[in-house]
Amino acid sequence: MDLNTITEVLLAADRADLADPRPGDAFLAGGTGLFGAPADHLRRLIDLTAFDWPALTVTEAGVEIAATCTVAELCALELPEQWPARALIGQCCDSLLASFKIWNRGTVGGNLCIGYPAGPMISLAAALDGIALVWTPDGGEYRIPVADFVIGDTVTVLKPGEVLRSMSLPAAALTGRTAFRTLALAALGRSSAVIIARRAEAETTLCLTASTNRPYVLRLAQPPADLTGLIDSVVRGDWVDDIYGAADWRRQITLVLAAQVLAEVWA
Amino acid sequence: MIEINGVTAQPPPRPGQCLRTYLREQGNVEVKKGCDAGDCGACSVLVDGAPVHSCVFPAHQAVGHSVTTVSGLGSDGELHPMAAQFVAAQGFQCGFCTAGMVVTASTFEPADLDELGRKLRGNLCRCTGYRAIEDAIRGVVNTQTDAAGVSTGRSVPAPASCRIVAGTEPFTLDLTVPGLLHAKLLRSPHAHARVLSIDTAAALAVPGVVTVLTHEDSPDVLFSTARHENRLDDIDDSRVFDTVMRFVGQRVAAVIAESVAAAEEGCRRLTVVYEVLPAVFDPELTRDPAAPKVHGEKGSETRMIDGRHNIAAELHSEIGDVAAGFAQAAIVIENTYHTQRVQHAHLETHAAVGWHDPDGRIVVRTSSQVPFLVRDELCHIFGLDRSQLRVLAARVGGGFGAKQELLTEDVVTLGVLKTGRPVQLEFTRTEQFIGTPSRHPMRIAVRIGATAAGELTAIRLDVLANTGAYGNHAIGVMFHGCNESITVYRCPNKKVDAAAVYTHTLPAGAFRGYGLGQVIFGIESTMDEVARALAIDPFELRRRNVVRPGDPMLSTTPEPHDVRYGSHGVDDCLDAVAAALARGNDALAPTGPHWQIGTGMALAMIDTIPPRGHFAHASVTADADGSFTVRVGSAEFGNGSATVHVQIAATVLEVPVDRIRLLPSDTDVVEHDTGAYGSTGVSVAGRAVLHAAEDLRAKMLVSAGSLPVVGSGRDDGRGRSVAFNVQGFRVAVNSETGEIVVLHSVQGADAGFVMNPAQCRGQVEGGVVQALGAALYEEMRMDETGRITTDTLRTYHIPQFADAPRTEVYFAATADALGPFGAKSMSESPFNPVAPALTNAVRDATGLRFTELPMTRDRVWRALAARGQSVTAGEGE
Repeated sequence: MDLNTITEVLLAADRADLADPRPGDAFLAGGTGLFGAPADHLRRLIDLTAFDWPALTVTEAGVEIAATCTVAELCALELPEQWPARALIGQCCDSLLASFKIWNRGTVGGNLCIGYPAGPMISLAAALDGIALVWTPDGGEYRIPVADFVIGDTVTVLKPGEVLRSMSLPAAALTGRTAFRTLALAALGRSSAVIIARRAEAETTLCLTASTNRPYVLRLAQPPADLTGLIDSVVRGDWVDDIYGAADWRRQITLVLAAQVLAEVWA
Repeated sequence: MIEINGVTAQPPPRPGQCLRTYLREQGNVEVKKGCDAGDCGACSVLVDGAPVHSCVFPAHQAVGHSVTTVSGLGSDGELHPMAAQFVAAQGFQCGFCTAGMVVTASTFEPADLDELGRKLRGNLCRCTGYRAIEDAIRGVVNTQTDAAGVSTGRSVPAPASCRIVAGTEPFTLDLTVPGLLHAKLLRSPHAHARVLSIDTAAALAVPGVVTVLTHEDSPDVLFSTARHENRLDDIDDSRVFDTVMRFVGQRVAAVIAESVAAAEEGCRRLTVVYEVLPAVFDPELTRDPAAPKVHGEKGSETRMIDGRHNIAAELHSEIGDVAAGFAQAAIVIENTYHTQRVQHAHLETHAAVGWHDPDGRIVVRTSSQVPFLVRDELCHIFGLDRSQLRVLAARVGGGFGAKQELLTEDVVTLGVLKTGRPVQLEFTRTEQFIGTPSRHPMRIAVRIGATAAGELTAIRLDVLANTGAYGNHAIGVMFHGCNESITVYRCPNKKVDAAAVYTHTLPAGAFRGYGLGQVIFGIESTMDEVARALAIDPFELRRRNVVRPGDPMLSTTPEPHDVRYGSHGVDDCLDAVAAALARGNDALAPTGPHWQIGTGMALAMIDTIPPRGHFAHASVTADADGSFTVRVGSAEFGNGSATVHVQIAATVLEVPVDRIRLLPSDTDVVEHDTGAYGSTGVSVAGRAVLHAAEDLRAKMLVSAGSLPVVGSGRDDGRGRSVAFNVQGFRVAVNSETGEIVVLHSVQGADAGFVMNPAQCRGQVEGGVVQALGAALYEEMRMDETGRITTDTLRTYHIPQFADAPRTEVYFAATADALGPFGAKSMSESPFNPVAPALTNAVRDATGLRFTELPMTRDRVWRALAARGQSVTAGEGE
């Protein structure tokens, strides 16, 4: 929709363009989030696509995904066989509520920064020990695990003027075997739970997203005697309760799907 | 510069503008607005060949790129192959989603055919139920050719087909009006408040703002937004702008400006001082004398029953002796049901544009099912003569009853009167949810008694409908809901108590089925329990009790209404559905300990024409070029009536359909038309066209070639018959997750002679899927302040392709003595038996009776968990 309170679009191509954050600014990538809801408080769009960051950089160390990388670009990425966790990329892209036409414009960074519980790029990154790189308006930068980047339903650690530059998936995580489950109130509705298990040599990671207000990552050395008790002790009631599913049901399907993904990676 | 379909557009986009509005401003009005939020796909276009949703595409990012809309897909005047496939399959009804569908599907590769659910999750259609869209994408041909004199009964394509798939069929706002002003409404943040003052100075100071409309501009005339043939059928409780706010979202004022942006800014700068008043939200509490009054100051002159007790409408009746009937019964089943607030979600939002024509008349072009009734009520409100006002509807992008209301036209008319300039008002998708009438939420208490042989001895019905803040359609929906739902059963003792009550919530209005869907949910759920208690097959229970020719059709009055058995196809419907369920299909039920399988069915009856008068006028002109022009007042909004009208005229005049032109839904073309509601497009307007064509044929025999010859015809809606629908489901239910999977969906439809089989099948399929949405997903939720929180198509989930099972449709072999060519209505009614058939199937699978809708997965799981897990089918008896 038209954002009629916008008076200026700044095509940012240099970090200096980011040095003057103002109230009413919003960072723009593909626009599929920003242009999808009224935002009368906004005055200026800072378009990050002008930076022309390389969308995807694959090295032995892993994959670096630019914040402006589209979901479609990520989904089309071909990774080596020795990284079996690559299967999660397609599974997470596919669990996005939005159409493949949105994938053509919507970005990985946008999905992280909106911070929905059902943000599948958050699920992907949290399950694969992804690290976010954040630029600060003073020219500095810092890194933070994506699992800690999103701290609540549509709340991230970003302070005004801070820009998500990229997200990195380390090679070590990509070598794990994974299992993925999702469930929603409708066949292809917005995910009510996205549950991922990843088994590495020493430990298994169980990542709970969509059903909880922020990602929860559990590290398991061995099958827990009481999975329900363990999950309850970690989540501590932080279940999402909204139109996409009531909290008690979210907990229920989390327990069901968690048991399924653990059984799959431990099979 | 942005290249659009090969032409370079020069104007730079505005900061913050999306590509959709940019394209429309360049004249590419084939790009539609459905949601404006990236959910529905009606605005889909290609950018450098890649499909995108143009409503969430920043227009400035398209600079230097090329855009292809649906109109740019074809070449050399030929339709794009995918567009042609949508014609051949008739993969649309209203056609508003079609431009986006065709653009999206034009990019599909063969492998995508296996993934249509995923590939189409960004393309919503509210009309078809998606089967016809799948056919189109797969290249299935559903249309038939016709020949001179043999058109009815054949699946000829809709007359507008080629324009719809190419994006050139104009909908309401798809025109350029020079000097156009835009209106935006300021809406109340309070559920109940008095407007003490409105300071317009800051708004008027906004560059581009022309004027502000407030209660000071509003005529002191009470009216109803609901429109019926007789304006006295509804309660006069509304004003153009009132000083009392009765729900969150009610209009406070309108700002009219040179642009939408300026009008929006003007709304933000209006300073309104409210005296906030106590509100009542709960329909169960609103009749309490201590409850806040919604219309306490109004009296019976408005036709509301009792404003001091928040009662809009009431019905109390008894035929026979219900107490004696229950005393005779071997079993008595009693239950209370609740239906939720549901939105129509037609893809074209409410919109109107008005201007002065060269003669000084005001012309209002509106997305309406009832242009003549809108004109008449605008005359009433503004003190105009019919000669001063013309109202017309272009093709309407879906309605489902929502457009049997006057919701935009009064503001537009007032704006034109005050400014002297053209004015447009287009609702946003969110305004659809927070500011336009929904379906009536109801509480339905049902008590049914039966003998051991399964003969009904008594029906007791107690209904409470929440009409919200205004009584539009409150009376009609209440009476209709309590009529055919119990008339359908031969039972000597029937007692009804019903009320429609005011609350400080969103008004409810006309919705497909007009009250029947809600009450039939209660009746048919209870009938299912009767069948179980007596161990009688549910089909057999209906056969034993359904009214048959010779039986008086009685509900709330001891004397029958003017409805006749023009035909009676219920046995065909029951037999077809029972046989199909017994036969099964190739759907594999999910396996595992948590899945339970069950079947269920339900029956619905509907009168083919509404009561209390429904009129249509038509004319047919023999033109000099050998073709004919049909003029009829009825509107096409996806119901397919335009196709049928052309078929009727062509058949009578013994020409192929391509020789017939149609000029519909315009107060200038005929004297009167009650409108396209109550499924009357064929049964009333079709009869008027039939009479006009026959009149022309007779005159041509004697006119000896002097042109033009005009035939005219009328229908008064007195040929009221009955039609039946039977729905059956086989479902699988997962007790661990609450999932319900429809394995088999079957509907038997008693449509009389089927005028256009492809279209009629589409009406049934679309009705089933829309009803499944209301049964499984859809619910408008309200917060503690009375604000609707499900205010987008993202939060209000309507069925998408992947949610829609295919429905086997079986038509009864009937021909109605009263309908044109033996046809009956078949638009609203397929919706009505769906929810109870589904809950009956879930009951069969799980042993649990769901009495509240929707059966969302979280609720189903919770109910099964509370009852205790692992009940297998049959144990719940």
